Amino acid sequence: MVHSRSNRRFQILAHSVLLIFSLFVLLPFLLLFISSFTEEATLMVNGYSYFPEKLSLESYSYIFKNAPKIFRAYAVTILVTAVGTFINILMSSMIAYPLSLKNFPCRRIITFYLFFTMLFNGGLVPTYLMYANFFHIKNTLFALIIPAFLLSAMNVLLIRTYISTSVPDALFEAAQVDGASEFTIFFKIVIPLSKPILVTMGLFAGLAYWNDWTNGLYYITDSKLYSIQNLLNKMITDIQVLTSDSNISSQAAAEVSKLPAVGIRMAIAVVAMLPILILFPFVQKYFQKGIALGAVKG
Amino acid sequence: MKAAKRKRQIKRWLPLFLMMAPGLIYVFINNYIPMFGIVIAFKKVNFQKGIFASDWVGLENFKFLFTTDDAWIITRNTILYNLVFIVLNTVIGIVMAIFICDITCKWAKKLYQSAVLLPYLMSIVIISYIVYAFLATENGMLNNSILPMLGKEPVSWYSEPKYWPFILILVHIWKGIGYGCLIYISSINGIDRSFFEAAGLDGASKWQQIRYITLPSLVPSIITLTLLSVGRIFYSDFGLFYQVPLDSGALYSTTNVIDTYVYRGLLKLGNTGMSSAAGVYQSIVGFILVLTANMAVRKISKENALF
Repeated sequence: MVHSRSNRRFQILAHSVLLIFSLFVLLPFLLLFISSFTEEATLMVNGYSYFPEKLSLESYSYIFKNAPKIFRAYAVTILVTAVGTFINILMSSMIAYPLSLKNFPCRRIITFYLFFTMLFNGGLVPTYLMYANFFHIKNTLFALIIPAFLLSAMNVLLIRTYISTSVPDALFEAAQVDGASEFTIFFKIVIPLSKPILVTMGLFAGLAYWNDWTNGLYYITDSKLYSIQNLLNKMITDIQVLTSDSNISSQAAAEVSKLPAVGIRMAIAVVAMLPILILFPFVQKYFQKGIALGAVKG
Repeated sequence: MKAAKRKRQIKRWLPLFLMMAPGLIYVFINNYIPMFGIVIAFKKVNFQKGIFASDWVGLENFKFLFTTDDAWIITRNTILYNLVFIVLNTVIGIVMAIFICDITCKWAKKLYQSAVLLPYLMSIVIISYIVYAFLATENGMLNNSILPMLGKEPVSWYSEPKYWPFILILVHIWKGIGYGCLIYISSINGIDRSFFEAAGLDGASKWQQIRYITLPSLVPSIITLTLLSVGRIFYSDFGLFYQVPLDSGALYSTTNVIDTYVYRGLLKLGNTGMSSAAGVYQSIVGFILVLTANMAVRKISKENALF
């Protein structure tokens, strides 16, 4: 049985390679976790470590006691993600449904209109100047919702394909004969029957909003409107600027001491990734579906 | 008669056009207006006069950009990093995908699949915290635990550009491999199982099956993915090059790419002219590359082409 022996050897090799690779992937997260549970004094002396001398929950109790800033940022992120994802899915499917109808006029032109945005873009400078100087969205919640993420041409095209292949045209025709308006058809037939693709696309949009920090970086300077990612970003860059300056003034030194301490920073990072970890099985399932749909064209 | 028909047509489709309107208007604002905005690169922007009333300066901004060393450095960095990413993502992605697909133990398969995807779902800000935990000069794990154990001096990671190509490549692979891996897993799952069964009956070993069935079936996906990434070779992950090195000025020689250059020029240095010239350089070369890559995909396998 040469054959099964080679198969067993293959299994052993595959398991060892994947095990090592999984450790490479997961161990960095473990360091983040352990650091967030390490006592501050230990961190100051020994640095971040997998084997801290003393564990403690002080970082987390600090967050829950004294940090309205963190809760505020969390609330901003939740609000932006919820509103952004909802509008994204609604607008995308409202374009996708007409495009899925075979006799819809201007179908090709509109498809190209969407598709072209995937090939060419004006870049950051004109986009920024338009949003900041013409629409004046700097330091408003709109800045976190509107630029870049409200609609993705790729998602619209995927939803269109799903509707045209999975929702039978006969349903639309029957509803029309019964005198249903297009909006009734859309909300009563298209949306419920496209649920699988809408959940998948919604997941991608939601993930993009939850993880986004660029809109905040470009358009938000008011710390009241920071999302959780922007708060984290601000904290780490402040530390970097202040500690890399060798001749720190006494004022700057005072600034450093005001910043959330070494362990607390890591605890906030853990809190920011928590929702994704909790939803991971769900996220993974739909993520894989989404990849299979867009597969190679990614 | 004709007018009546037309009226009916309009009445029939009008609600649908209204339904599409919000999305189409958004695309016009978010995507099309900025495309026309590339004219900014040919102007000397004067905010008092307003953008459209500012004076034309022709190719002046581009001349300035290409006389600096920066133009060369950011082009070189952008292209070289992307080339390395393309090669490593493809090779590691395929190897991991083949291993994961052939694991017979169900729960282990699921575990590996979950592990590789995890970092992909995290924001680059969180990733930068994790990198910071390893590399921080004062509290970092490398300087406190690993380097002393090896009897080496601590390194000031955030001010030594020579280490960053390795760090950025490692972080990119760590974060991005799950995505590439899943794409190849879905291609492998698409291969007809009976090929493997027949090969198995004929006594082909695992290695022979991979060599003669799996890899050849993956070729179309590999070609398409590679050409599509070549089409994006002028763009990079802004977060990876800006946030992970914590925007440290000492590292620019190995971390500055076109995207970070444009951002810094616009918002940190207030040099709109230079920044917009670099942006247009990226948009136009990027556009040409996407078209060329797509043409190449069409030649090789039409159904995999983007358009």
